[in-house]
Amino acid sequence: MSRITLSRAINEGLRRALESDQKVMIMGEDVGRLGGVFRVTDGLQKDFGEHRVVDTPLAESGIVGTAIGLALRGYRPVCEIQFDGFVYPATDQIVSQLAKMRYRSGGKVALPVVIRIPFGGGIGAVEHHSESPEVFFAHTAGLRVVACADPADAFAMIQLAIASDDPVIFFEPKRRYWDKAEVDTAAPLADSLPLDKARVVRPGSDVTLLSYGPLVRTCIEAAMAGDNDGRSIEVIDLRSLSPLDMATVAESVSRTGRCVVAHEAPVYAGLGAEIAARVTEACFYQLESPVLRVGGFAIPYPVARSEDHYLPDIDRILDAVDRTFSY
Amino acid sequence: MTIETIQLLTPEGERVDHPEYPLDDADIKGMYRDMALVRRIDNEAVALQRQGELALWAPLLGQEAAQVGSARALSPSDMAFPSYREHGVAWCRGLDILRVFELFRGVTHGAWDPEEHKFHLYTVVIGDQTLHATGYAMGIQRDGSENEAVIAYFGDGATSQGDVSEAFAWASVFHAPLVFFCQNNQFAISAPPERQSRVPIYQRSSGFGFPGIRVDGNDVLACYAVTKQALRSAREGDGPTLIEAFTYRMGAHTTTDDPTRYRLASELEAWRLRDPLERVRSYLVRTGQADSSFFEQIEAEADELASKLRASVLALPDPPPLALFDNVYAGSSAILDAEREQYAAYLAGFAEEEVSS
Repeated sequence: MSRITLSRAINEGLRRALESDQKVMIMGEDVGRLGGVFRVTDGLQKDFGEHRVVDTPLAESGIVGTAIGLALRGYRPVCEIQFDGFVYPATDQIVSQLAKMRYRSGGKVALPVVIRIPFGGGIGAVEHHSESPEVFFAHTAGLRVVACADPADAFAMIQLAIASDDPVIFFEPKRRYWDKAEVDTAAPLADSLPLDKARVVRPGSDVTLLSYGPLVRTCIEAAMAGDNDGRSIEVIDLRSLSPLDMATVAESVSRTGRCVVAHEAPVYAGLGAEIAARVTEACFYQLESPVLRVGGFAIPYPVARSEDHYLPDIDRILDAVDRTFSY
Repeated sequence: MTIETIQLLTPEGERVDHPEYPLDDADIKGMYRDMALVRRIDNEAVALQRQGELALWAPLLGQEAAQVGSARALSPSDMAFPSYREHGVAWCRGLDILRVFELFRGVTHGAWDPEEHKFHLYTVVIGDQTLHATGYAMGIQRDGSENEAVIAYFGDGATSQGDVSEAFAWASVFHAPLVFFCQNNQFAISAPPERQSRVPIYQRSSGFGFPGIRVDGNDVLACYAVTKQALRSAREGDGPTLIEAFTYRMGAHTTTDDPTRYRLASELEAWRLRDPLERVRSYLVRTGQADSSFFEQIEAEADELASKLRASVLALPDPPPLALFDNVYAGSSAILDAEREQYAAYLAGFAEEEVSS
């Protein structure tokens, strides 16, 4: 056990994957000598060499397109897209090629490619550095889309993603990179929660609060504050955004009768909409109120000085929780 | 600037020697046979589409030499990444050509194993496969293999795509064992090469730091010799080469296209005089390497092949409805499993109705 940051935990997970499988590779912009702009790949090129930890040309489509070729050759590339807003040049390769190759081949081709994307806001950045594009990929069949929320889970999830024979879009909550927690880097991977399962991170009985990535911590803090108001809030970290673990969600909402979904991405046509529809269908007779959503507005990501108004915080989340009791 | 086009067999069927491209190992009769069979396959496919048995076909008429010549230059261990018109390459790689018909009939999206014949799946989005080929070539480098190279097929229109430029840059800086084989068939559907590039396509590689060569794309011998040398150079660690096979699409872009809207009949006639098969036939006859029985035998073989293919295509069953849900993921997906289950129950409802009525 050691107390490490989320950034370090992913680094340790990558290191373990590189050690245990010679076919695992890291590729991306500045991932080698620099160790990544968030230092997630720090020290890996020094220890595993330039052939396995590759500083690529500055071209996102090229990163994903060549990773597909390497996977066709038997490699397991882990690509880094430097920031959420830079993934779009690679969208064609991800959506038209990476996601569809297994289907196109009738199951004869597997593309075990992981695409790591630091996502979300709250770091006071300039444009294109704070976005939450997960729903584009969750809407694309053939991809697995996951988001980690804390160091211990991130350590396991990155290894599970690399071990997956399906392509995985792996979202990392960039404003939580420096959050610290105890991580057992010797823990066997087989003991960890499967990649496609959600987990209850804080049990409660009055309302179910669903989130993923950076807002999981915010939701836990909201639940703690809710205790003071006499509200018992159950917080679920979805982890997998595609496929969704609706069994865990429906079990919880059936008990609590109320459900709020929180994410940084715009509410409109966001993941919360899908969850609300599914919860309504699965828990119709148990629901005491409509499923409510808290998230970004229907605007482009705003300027840094205004982002606190855009990002759901404890108060906005608790406001939605309160509203579920007003029906 | 003069443009040198490598040619080893003139349109009249005269052999031309080129000091850099000696032709000591070319099976010219075998090349003719491949081109003739591929042309017959292509004709049959167009007919099948016209009769409503294929959803679409992308004819290769006119490009037989570029495809057969380059594909026959590949060693069995080399990997080919096609676009969607490379039926001649598929044939030379040994793929059962029925797989390609299945795709255009609409019963698969391809569904062949790329490694079985070292021939990747067709790629429809223009130029995407050039990056896959580059990555595959980088894998060969990492494996330390010295007897493998990769060839990426694409067209003149694809050279405008960002992915092709990215593939050029990557292959160059990583020195990847790769041959970029561009069939300049003069049309991106209706747009001429002048709409894609101000310089001849083969010169595009120079800015990326690797050699480019233009070859007479209707000369199967030149396509064979130039590709063979570029592959050898790739295997020997000398990095990528761009080959521009200057040819002509004598058919339509696809069976939904009407080329009379964008080209003159006289242009087509001019290119007919440079037909890739006729020049080989003239050469073989004049040099006494083949007589009429050779050509009659190939014609009979082509007819038999086409007739068997037609029967096989007509016998192709539609996929069972629940196969919709297969091969999306390697692992399971609870969301998709539930949809499959619901749709199966929905379909089963009709079966029960039929029984009771």
